[in-house]
Amino acid sequence: MSETPILQLRGISKSFGSVQALADVDFEVRDGEVMALVGDNGAGKSTLVKCVAGINTPDSGEILFDGKPVHISSPKEAAGLGIEIVYQDLALCDNLDVVQNMYLGREERDWLWRLKEPLMEQRTAETLRSLSVTTIRSIRQPVASLSGGQRQSVAVAKAVQWNSKLVILDEPTAALGVAQTRQVLDLVKRLGEQGLGVVLISHNLQDVFEVANRITVLRLGRDVGVYEREKTTQQEVVQAITAGIPTKVADIPPTAPELAS
Amino acid sequence: MSSDVDVAAPGIGLPEGDEAEAPSGLWRRVYDNVRTGNLGILPIVIGLAFIVVFFSFKATNFFTADNFNNIIVQMAGLTMLAFGVVFVLLLGEIDLSIGYLSGIAALAVAEFQLPGSGHAYPGVVAIAIAIGLCALIGGAQGSVVAKVGVPSFVVTLAGLLIWQGVILQVLEIKGVIVIEDNLINDLANYYFSASAGWIIAAVITGLYAVGTLGGVIGKRRAGVAIRRPLLLIAKVVGIAIASFGVVAVSNHASVPRGLPLAGVLVVIFLVVLTFLAKRTPFGRHVYAVGGNAEAARRAGINVARIRILVFGISGAMAGVGGVILAARLNSVDLNVGGGTLLLDAISAAVIGGTSLFGGRGEVRSALIGALVISTVSNGLNTAGYKTGTIYIVTGVILLLAVTLDTIARRLQARSGR
Repeated sequence: MSETPILQLRGISKSFGSVQALADVDFEVRDGEVMALVGDNGAGKSTLVKCVAGINTPDSGEILFDGKPVHISSPKEAAGLGIEIVYQDLALCDNLDVVQNMYLGREERDWLWRLKEPLMEQRTAETLRSLSVTTIRSIRQPVASLSGGQRQSVAVAKAVQWNSKLVILDEPTAALGVAQTRQVLDLVKRLGEQGLGVVLISHNLQDVFEVANRITVLRLGRDVGVYEREKTTQQEVVQAITAGIPTKVADIPPTAPELAS
Repeated sequence: MSSDVDVAAPGIGLPEGDEAEAPSGLWRRVYDNVRTGNLGILPIVIGLAFIVVFFSFKATNFFTADNFNNIIVQMAGLTMLAFGVVFVLLLGEIDLSIGYLSGIAALAVAEFQLPGSGHAYPGVVAIAIAIGLCALIGGAQGSVVAKVGVPSFVVTLAGLLIWQGVILQVLEIKGVIVIEDNLINDLANYYFSASAGWIIAAVITGLYAVGTLGGVIGKRRAGVAIRRPLLLIAKVVGIAIASFGVVAVSNHASVPRGLPLAGVLVVIFLVVLTFLAKRTPFGRHVYAVGGNAEAARRAGINVARIRILVFGISGAMAGVGGVILAARLNSVDLNVGGGTLLLDAISAAVIGGTSLFGGRGEVRSALIGALVISTVSNGLNTAGYKTGTIYIVTGVILLLAVTLDTIARRLQARSGR
C-alpha cells in the first residue's frame, strides 16, 4: 500500500432538490487495498459511486485521483482516468461470447477494419488466467450459458483488463449462491493483491469482513467512520450502520451528533 | 460464416488430453447438438430437399436446369431485401417500409434512365441514385427511431404508406415506365458463358479456401486453439461442390444458358454483408445492441449511430432488390414493391433462423429462407396451383420453421446452454 491514496474524496455534498443525499463525505482508497463501502439503504452509497463514475456531479467537495484534483463529468472520463465500475445488473451481452464481451466497444481491428479475433481471444485467456478464473470451460461460449458467478467474474475481468487503477464493484455477490459468492470474493481479493484500488459495495458484512482491508460506513448521507478490518468487529460496524454518528475521520473534526433530515 | 456455437470446444479450462479424442469427440458433438436442439440450418436444408423432391414428382418441368436458373433470378430481388431485414432484426427492430422502398428504387432507376426525359443518365448513375436515395430514406427513418424514440414498427409503417402513396401518385399519371438501359436490364437478364461460369466457381472456391487458411494461420500465430479443423475442411469442400454444382446445372440450361448475373450478385452481397456482420467492429456492435442495448451503451457504443446505420443498410438493400426486380420486368408499373414482397422478405429472414427479438441470426439465413420461399412458390406455380395455395403453404412453412426454432431454443435453455 502506498501512502498517497489512489482516490480521495474531500467534503463531497450532493443534493437532489430538497433531499440531501451526501453531506460533507470524506472517502479514500489506497492502491492494493479493498475498501468496503457499507451502509443501509438510502445511506448514499450509490450516489457516492455515481459521483466518482461521472454520472452525478457533486455540488461541492473535491475529488483527488492519484493525488491530483480531477473533475469527472462523464463515464468516459472516468474510464480515461482508469476508474472502472462493475454494476449490479451485469453489463454483459448474453448473445455474445466471453471474448466478444471482454472487448465490447474497444475491439482490436486491423487496417482493413477486420476484428483481430485471435489476438483478442489470446489476451482474454491471459487476463482470465492472471485472475485465476479457471471455471469457464470455453471463452468462446456465449455468456448466456455461464453461471452467475462466472458471469460476474467476466464482468470484473472486463473492468480490470484496461489498465484500470481503481475498480468499483456494486453488490457483486447480491444474486449469487454460496459457491459462486466464494468465486467472486476470491477474485476481489486477488484484485487487491495485484495492486489495484478496489471499492466493494455490499450489504453482506460477512463478505465484507472476509475481503476488505478497511470499511467505510455511510449513514444518512454522512460518513460515520472508517474501520480497520483487523481492529473491529461486525457488531461495531452494524452499530455504526444503524446508529452511527459522524466521527473524526483522519484530521477532520467531528460534526454535531444530531442528524437533521 | 462459422456459427460460433461450440458444445465441447477445447477451451482454457480443459485438460490437454482432450485434443486426442477428436474423432470420437466429433460424433459426440453431433450427438450433443441433436440432443440439445442445436441444429442450426440442418432442418431447413432437409425441408428444402423434401420440397424439391415433392415438386419433382408433382410437376414435370420443375426439376430442370431451365427452371433452376429461373428460380435463381426470381429469388434474387427478394434475397437482397431479406439481407437488409436480417440486420434490422438483429437489432430487435422491424422495417415495414422496405417493400415500397424497393418500389421507390425501381421508380427512380426507371425515371433516371428514361430517354428524352431531360434527366436520362447512364444506367450506372441511375442505379447509384436509386440505391443512394433508398439508403438515405432508410437512414432518415432510422434517425426518427434512434433519436426521437418512436417505435420502428410505427415509423416504418408510416414509411410503408408514404412510399406507396408516392408510387401511386407518380405512376397514376405515367402508367408504365419501360427500362431501355442495357446495363440495368442486364442485372436480371445477363447470363455468363459456360467458361466464365467455371472461372467464377473457381474464384469463389479459391477465395473461400484462402480466407479459411488465413484464419487458421492467424490463430496458429496467436497460439489460439483451432476449433473443429475437420469442419473447416468440410466447409471448403462444401463451398466447392455448391459453386461448381450451380455452374454445372446453369450451363446445362437451354433457353437462357449459363450462370445468371443476378445469382452472382446475391453471392457477392452475401459475402460482403457477412463480412460486415461477423468480422468488423460495426457488426459486433449490431449484435451487442440487439442483445443488450444498455450493456452496449455502457461499453461506450454509440447505440443511436448503430441503429441509424442499420436502417440505412436496410433501405440500401431494399434499393438493390428494387432495381433487380425492375430489371427483371424491364419496366415499372403500379404494382411495383407491393404484393407479398415485404412479408416474404421478413419471412425469409425468419425461416432462415434469424430471431425477431434481436441479437441472434446470420446474413446467410436470408438466402436460405428466400430459397425456400421461392422454391415453394415456383413449384406450386409450375404444378398449376393457384395463388391462394401458395400463400397457405408459405404460411405453414413459416409457422413450422419458427416453431421448430423455438422448441430448439427451449431445449438449449434446458440443457443449460
